[in-house]
This record gives sequence, C-alpha cells and structure tokens, in this order.
Amino acid sequence: MNQTDVIEPIHETMEEMYVNMGPQHPSTHGVLRLMLKLDGEVVTGVTPYIGYLHRCHEKIGENRIYTQVIPYTDRLDYLASMYNNFGYVLTVERLMGLQVPERAEYMRVILAELQRIASHLIWMGTFGLDLGNFTIFMYCFREREKILDLFESVSGQRLNYSFYRIGGMPLDFPESFLTECKAFLEWFKPRLPEYDAVMTDNIIFQKRVQGLGKLDQKTAIDYAISGPMLRGSGIKWDLRRNDPYSIYDRFEFEIPVGSTGDVWDRYMVRRQEMDESVKIVEQALRDLPPGEIMGKVPKKLRPPAGDMYSRVESPRGELGFYIVSDGSEKAYRYKVRSPAFVNLSVLPVIGPGHLVADMVAILGSIDIVLGEVDR
Amino acid sequence: MSTLLEGFYSAFAALGVPWIVPRLIVMLVVASLVIVFISVSVMFMIWWERKISAHIQVRYGPMRVGGWHGWAQSIADGIKLLIKEDVIPAGADRLVFALAPMVVFAAALAAYVIIPFGPNLIVRDLNIGVLFYISISSLTVVGIVMAGWSSNNKYSVLGALRSAAQAVSYEVPLVVSILGVIMTAGSLSMIQIVEAQQRIWFVIPQFAGFLIYLTAALAECNRLPFDIPEAESELVAGFHVEYSGMRFAIFFLAEYANMFTVAAIATTLFLGGWRGPLLPPWLWFLIKTYFIIFVMMWLRWTLARLRVDQLMNLGWKVLLPLAFLNMGITGLVLVLRG
Repeated sequence: MNQTDVIEPIHETMEEMYVNMGPQHPSTHGVLRLMLKLDGEVVTGVTPYIGYLHRCHEKIGENRIYTQVIPYTDRLDYLASMYNNFGYVLTVERLMGLQVPERAEYMRVILAELQRIASHLIWMGTFGLDLGNFTIFMYCFREREKILDLFESVSGQRLNYSFYRIGGMPLDFPESFLTECKAFLEWFKPRLPEYDAVMTDNIIFQKRVQGLGKLDQKTAIDYAISGPMLRGSGIKWDLRRNDPYSIYDRFEFEIPVGSTGDVWDRYMVRRQEMDESVKIVEQALRDLPPGEIMGKVPKKLRPPAGDMYSRVESPRGELGFYIVSDGSEKAYRYKVRSPAFVNLSVLPVIGPGHLVADMVAILGSIDIVLGEVDR
Repeated sequence: MSTLLEGFYSAFAALGVPWIVPRLIVMLVVASLVIVFISVSVMFMIWWERKISAHIQVRYGPMRVGGWHGWAQSIADGIKLLIKEDVIPAGADRLVFALAPMVVFAAALAAYVIIPFGPNLIVRDLNIGVLFYISISSLTVVGIVMAGWSSNNKYSVLGALRSAAQAVSYEVPLVVSILGVIMTAGSLSMIQIVEAQQRIWFVIPQFAGFLIYLTAALAECNRLPFDIPEAESELVAGFHVEYSGMRFAIFFLAEYANMFTVAAIATTLFLGGWRGPLLPPWLWFLIKTYFIIFVMMWLRWTLARLRVDQLMNLGWKVLLPLAFLNMGITGLVLVLRG
C-alpha cells in the first residue's frame, strides 16, 4: 500500500477491519481521529484526521494588532504557552529590530525552560497512561503543579500566561521567586530518579517500547521532523544550539540524542532533556542580572514592510512564526509552523505493522497537542 | 454442623412436609448468605482499592461520602448504578447481551461453593474441590466472549478475542502450578489440602508453584499488568464498553468476586488456609486472603501493561515450562521420599 493512501472504510472485507479511533478516545490526546485498518490486531494502515480544534488562529492573527496576538498564541500549544509567547514576540522583535534588555532575556529563558520541564512532565505522565501505568501520571502532575505555582506567582496565570511582551517582559519576578524557584529545583532533582524507578528501569516498560515505531534518519529529515523525535533518531539538532536565539549560547547543556529512533529513544531523549533544562535554569538563576525588563518600544507597533521567519525549540520541536508586514499595525500574513502538526504527519509511515497497543504508544511518543496541530 | 442440619431435616420430616422443602430452605439461606458476603466484600474491596491506589499516587481517594474516609463511597456508587437507565445498543443481540453478565456472575458465584473459610465454614466440601474451581473459573470467559460479541462494537470484539486468547493461555500454567500442591496433599478436597498443611504451609515447598499461580491468577482476573482484554487506553473498556448501569455493575462485581476467589484459593492451597494462632480460623482466612488481594492491587498501581504477544510468550514459553518443571521435581521428591 502506498504510504500516502488515505484510509477510508469503503471496501471492508472479512479479513480487514476498520476501526475509528477518536475523536473521543482515551489515548488520542485530545480530539484527534485515527482511522485504523486492522488485520486481526495488526495495524496495516493508519490515517490521522485533524481539524476538530481548528480556530482560524492564523487568520485572527492577521486581523489584530501585533500585541493583541500574544494571548492567542497561548492557545496554540496550551501545555507550553510560555514558549509560544516566546516564539511570537521574538519574531516581531526581529522584524522591528528591537533590543531586549539583558534581565528580560534571562527571565525569558528561566520561564521557558521551566515550561519545557512542565510540558515533558505532562508528556511522561500521559505516556504512562497510554501504557497502563497510572501512577506515574499522578507523580508528574504533582511536580507540574509546583511549576504552575511558580508561574502563577510570576504572571498570575496557571495555563495561558500571555506573559512575554514585544520588547521585554511586563513584570519583574516577585521577590520570593528566586528562592522558591531554587527550592523547587532542589526538590525536583531527586524526583527524577523516582520516575526512573517506576518507568525507565521497569522491565515491562522497556520491553513494551523498545524497537517500536522506528523512525530512520532519512525519513525523519524527509518529513521535516523536529524536536525530541528528530533527536531520538540520532540527529543532534537543537535550535537552542544550532540556531541560537535569545541568550541560549551562554549556557552549558548537553543535547541528548537516541540511536535507533524507536519509542524508547524518544522517551529517553525527553527524560534527559528534563535534566538539561534543570541545568539551564540553575545557570540562568545564578547569572540573572539586575536592570531594566522592558526595552524601548514605540507606542504603536508598525514594523517596516518586509517578512521575517524565526524559530524556537519548543518542547515539541521547531516552532516557527512567519510574519509578513506591510508597514501597518497588523500583520499582512501570519503563519505558524507547528512542530506537532509536522511530527504527526509521519505517523502513517511508522505506524503500520504494529499492534493496536503499540499504535497507542507510538502516537504517545510523538507528543502531539491538538491545539497546535489544528491551530 | 451436619448434626444440626440432620436435626433440622428430621424436624420437618416429623411435620410431614415433603423432604425437598427443608433442603430448598437451606439452599436458599446459604445462597443468600454467599451473595450478601460477595456484595459486602466487593464493596469493601472497591473502596479499599481506591484508597490504596490513592495513597500510592499521593492522593487521598474518597474522603466525603459517609464521613470517615469515604467508607460509604461504594454504597453510593452501587445505588447510582442501580437506578441508572438500562441501555441496550440498537445493533446488539439483545438476548445474548442480557445473558452475558449473568453468565459471568454465575461463574464467579459458583466458585464460592468450595472456599473453606474455616474447618466447618464451607458450603460443600466436594471431593473434587480444586477441579471444580478450575472448571468453573474457565466459564467466565464464555460470558466475556458473549458480551464482546453481542455488543456489536469493534472495540468490544477485540477485547473479547483478547480475553479468550488470554484465558486459554493462562488456564494451563494455572492448573499445572496447582498440581504440585495436589500431589503433595494427595487430595482434591479443599478441606483435606488445608489439613495436609498442618506441619508446613505449601508456600515453602511449592514456592515456584505459588509464584506461577499468582501470575496466572492475575491474568485470570484481567488485572494489570495483564488487563489486556479491557485495556483502557487501547480498547476504551474492552468487552464491556457498551454496558452501563446495573449490567456494568454486575461485570464489576464479578471481577472483584473473582479476585477474592483467586486469592482465597491461593490462601487455601499455599498459605495454610484458616490455620493460625490465637485468632479464630475465619479471621485468619480473611487476613491471608486480603493480604494477597493487597499484593494484587499493589502490582496494578505500579506496573505497566504487557502487550498481547508478550503475554502469550510469557504464558506459553515461560510459565508453562516452569510449571511442568515444578511438577516434575515435586513428583521426583515424593517418589524418593517414598
């Protein structure tokens, strides 16, 4: 069968069975619909159907002035709102050539890396659920809750922060933040080995995910896969290192990579990225300079005519924003390159040939957020 | 006990009542007692499992209904399920759909006949007790396949087929693992197996058999890590995906009743049944049984789920050879000791 064939239950035979998985299903992580073609329990074809959460994000972005778009970007990848804000304001700043104060850059990195930990925690918990391990979910949410508490103390919000501004940050950290954040990191670091005990070192878990959904390097590049999925296939590509934005070139951190590109490698990459994010936050907290948090920004934002594409390494991969300006207060064209959407596109290639149970694990390892897939 | 029954029967005979009437009365009373015991114990187990899982997951679990640690939560849930609308899907085979939960529950109920709660606390000490349990426990899968098939739902069919495959693969090691005990005790009667453990609990000479039995029993009860027939994240709920209200409650009841049976059989065969110092026999029996149930719950909330093919491999390639090895060694030892 051609990989690009769309699975539709038209010619159902006695040997084949079509199963509609979603949009209401415990393991599709939102409103994704998968059409599975089954031979017994073996999946012979899979097509993802998307669009149940489409909100015309890009069109809205062309009808609002630049600052008004920031709250909409929160709703893209709602598990990593800080990162969406980051990517968007970075693009507008580059378009206008704005300078961001030093302290604001450090604040951005601290919040973004905490957000990465929070996002990976959710991923780890729900991945556990997919494999039938219910307890890790609660552990991960306990830790994430503490990160959300930190975010709440900074921005007043727990999910959709809208906290980055074009040209800087709106508010400084509250006085207690630095001590609380350090206390959290001290508390969080010993928790990671606990997850290893429940997940990583568990023989059942290892047997379940090893050798599953292999994504080779060529396919990964052909499909423009990015983020932990690409690194799981053994390609050392992290925009924080390969195309540094903000002040990421100042920090010391490793880029974990896998070798075979199976679900286990993707798991290990995300698991180790949490360690690295902790390191980055620690360094940023240590070096956090005093000073201004908002740069010189005109009252009315009118970027010069032209276009700009800039990208950040969100927890899911390359999150890119493309803005075409015609010199007015609103973008002429606004496009989001969402990593989850692109990563999902490889599912019909790596999915077939596995059992239904493995489909769930493979889908979980892609780490999709439907808010971002559908925009 | 038996003299009491004889007296009861002769009193009725003296009154000129047909012989069947007093026996029917006794059967009715015993059956009601068993059903009441199952319901109460299942409600307790559900509450207990929720509390255990909650504490494993750094939560509290039910805390409100009934006051003290939400003890009435299961009762409230049961009432809620009872008064729910009875929904039968349009495409379902109505008769089979309605029969399936009854078959499952009847199988779970029948197994209680041979559970020895104490020296005299047994419904009927069959001389083929263990064999009876083995045959009755395989009946459950018939009900599950009926439920999965009649629902006319692809997910439930997949769940039912998985269940059938699993039951076939795990019955065999389960039975073979028990054989060691039967050979040592020299009897199939539950009472006599407990009597044979006067000197030493069979868990010590038959430790391998105990582990194999426990693993196979987990699969028998469809519990994690072997809950493949109802894998929530894959098949939504497996074979009972279309069931709601009281019919679903009966499946649930049967599942927990099976768990109790499996643990009670393990207690009888390996942990010396009701034997123990100081406390009354029935209490010892319940303590041991609930300990095994606790272990099963503990495993459920710690481990991930196996895949279908891994489950089959474990059953046929690991557990079965081990069980046969255990049986062979037991036989050899018995022969050598004369």
